[in-house]
Amino acid sequence: MAKTDKIKYLIIGNSAGGIGAAEAIRELDKAGTMAIVSDEPYPAYSRPLISEHLFEGRPLERMLYRAPDFYEQNNIQAVFGEKVAQVDFSGHSLKLESGRSLAWQKLLLATGGVPIVPRMEGGDAKDVFTFTRLDDAKAIDKFLNKHKGKTQALVIGGGLIGVSATEALVRRGVKVCIVEMKDWILNTILDEEGAALEAKALVEADVDIITGHTVAKINKSPSGAVDGAVLDDGRSIAADLVVVAIGVTPRLELADGQLKTNRGIIVDRRMATSQPDVYACGDVAEAYDFVFGENRVTPVWPNAYVGGRIVGQNMAGGKAEYQGGTAMNSLKYFGVNIVSAGMVAPPDKSYEVIIQRGDGIYKKVILKDGLITGLVFAGDIEKSGIIYNLMKDKVRVDGFKEELVSDDFGLASLPEEIWRARLAVPPSEEAFIVPPVEPPEEVVMDE
Amino acid sequence: MKKVYVKEEVCIGCRLCEVYCQLQHAHSSDLVKAFKKESPPPLPRLRVDERGVVSLSVRCQQCDDAPCVQACLTGALERNPESLLVTVDEDRCIGCWTCVLVCPLAAIKQDKEQKKALKCDLCQGEEIPVCVANCPNEALVYVEEPDSTLKVESPATQGHE
Repeated sequence: MAKTDKIKYLIIGNSAGGIGAAEAIRELDKAGTMAIVSDEPYPAYSRPLISEHLFEGRPLERMLYRAPDFYEQNNIQAVFGEKVAQVDFSGHSLKLESGRSLAWQKLLLATGGVPIVPRMEGGDAKDVFTFTRLDDAKAIDKFLNKHKGKTQALVIGGGLIGVSATEALVRRGVKVCIVEMKDWILNTILDEEGAALEAKALVEADVDIITGHTVAKINKSPSGAVDGAVLDDGRSIAADLVVVAIGVTPRLELADGQLKTNRGIIVDRRMATSQPDVYACGDVAEAYDFVFGENRVTPVWPNAYVGGRIVGQNMAGGKAEYQGGTAMNSLKYFGVNIVSAGMVAPPDKSYEVIIQRGDGIYKKVILKDGLITGLVFAGDIEKSGIIYNLMKDKVRVDGFKEELVSDDFGLASLPEEIWRARLAVPPSEEAFIVPPVEPPEEVVMDE
Repeated sequence: MKKVYVKEEVCIGCRLCEVYCQLQHAHSSDLVKAFKKESPPPLPRLRVDERGVVSLSVRCQQCDDAPCVQACLTGALERNPESLLVTVDEDRCIGCWTCVLVCPLAAIKQDKEQKKALKCDLCQGEEIPVCVANCPNEALVYVEEPDSTLKVESPATQGHE
C-alpha cells in the first residue's frame, strides 16, 4: 500500500485518552488524516454519567464528552461499532472484525479496561451485569423496567464502580447489598476512616454492606434468572440481579505478546510503547506515577485525558513529556464529598501522617521527608486542590505542615514565594504605580 | 487576556470583593435583598485567604493549561476559544468535584445544593469585574496578563512612556 493511503493518526478507543490525543493532534496538525476506532457505537460520552443514565434516564445527548459535531469539526473519521481483531505492529496495519483492514502511520492504543468477572458457579445467569459502559446501564435499566415491584440487587465489589452502581440502583428503588472481599469498601482509593464516612451514608440509605467475604455461588432459577446468592461462609443473600464490580483490568488483548506489558502496556515518559510509532494511554497503560516514582496503572479519567494529550503532541511530531499522574478520585455518592490522591495510608513508619477530624470532616495528609505523598479529605474538600498541587509540584511543606489540615488553610498559609507564583501577581514594576506608602511606625518589641 | 490580580501590599481583607461578587451573581440587584431575602443565598465565586497581615483575594486565574478543564469528567468545563474564559456548562456539570481536587488555587466553589461547580466568570457583560470596581483600596487590578514576550519587550515599552 502506498504511504499516502495510510491513516496518519489511528486511535483505538473513543474515551478520555483517545479524545485527549485527537485534540492535541489537531492543535498541531489540522490536516493529517485521523481515525478513531471504537467497539461502542456512540460518540465519546462521559462514562461516569452512566450512573445518571440509570437513575434519571439522562439521554446520550446529555452525556456527550464533546460537542455533537466534534468529529466533523476536527476532520476525524469515526469508525464506531467496530472491534479491532488484530494489529500488525511492524506492518503498520490492523484488521477489524468486520474483515476491513486499516493501514496507519502512528497508532494509539487507548483501549481502556475491562471489568474483572471472576469465574463462579451461576456467574452465567441471565441477570448478571457489569457497570462500566453505557450499554451496561441500558441493560440494567431494561431489567428494572421489566421487574416492577420490590427488586433486590447484589453488588459484588465495594469499589468506585460498585458504589456508583449502588447509588443509581437505590435511587431506582432497588434494595442493595454490597459484598466486599476486603475489610472496608473503597479500599483501593480510601483509608478505613475515610471509607467509613461513605459507608455510614450508604447504610443510612438502607444499603447492606458485608465486608471480608466473597460470593461463592449465584443461584439460578430454572429459567436461568438470578435467584439469590451464597457467600463463602454459607450465608444466603436475596437478589434478583447481580452487578459484578470487582474492578477493571487493562484491556491488553491487542498488545499481548507484541508490546512490552506488565499489568498494563508499559510506556515511557513520551507515552511511547516498546514498538516504534505505537503509543498507549489511559486505563490500558502503565505510565509514570509521580508519587510512587515508578510506572503504575492509574485508571482514572483525568490521567487518561492528560496522558492522551501527551500522546497526541508526540504523534504529531512534538516532544512532550508526561509529568506523571497518580491515583486521584473525587466521590460525591449519597451526598458525601470525599477526595483522595496519591497514597491513602502510610506504607511504613518513615512516613508522617497529619490528621484533623471534626463533625463529618476528615482531613489527612501523608508526608515523607517534607514532601506530600498522599491526601484524603472528606466533608470539607474545598482546599484539597492546593494540597494536591503541592504534592504534584513536590513543594517542601515541612515549615507549615500542620496548616495543611487546618480549617482556615489557604494560599496565604503558604510561603510568600509560592502564593506569589500561584496568583501571578504582576511583576514588581506595578509597585511604582502605587502611591508610596508611609513607612510603618517603628514597632518596639518587648525583649 | 485580561485577568484580575491582587496587590497583596494594599489588600486588608475587607471582603468587599466577596460581597460584590455575591451580589453580581444574585437574582436581585439590591444588596440588602440579595443578602437577606434570597434563598438559597447567592454564592461568591472568589475567596479571601488570610494569615496574619497577609490577605489574598483569590479567584480563578483562567490558567493556560486549565487543569480543571483537562480533568473534567463530563466536558462541562471548557475554554471559550474567543474569550479564553474557562466556563462551566451547568447541564453537563454533575458536581463530582474532580475540578476542586486539581485546582492549584482552590478557586472552584461548590454549589452543594445544585451540585454545580461555580467559578469566576470575570463578570461577563461588565467592563470591569465588580470585585475590581468595588475594591476600596485598589488592591485588585484588571490588566493584561504579563506574558513572557511582553516581559522581553518591556524595557522598550517603558522607553516610549
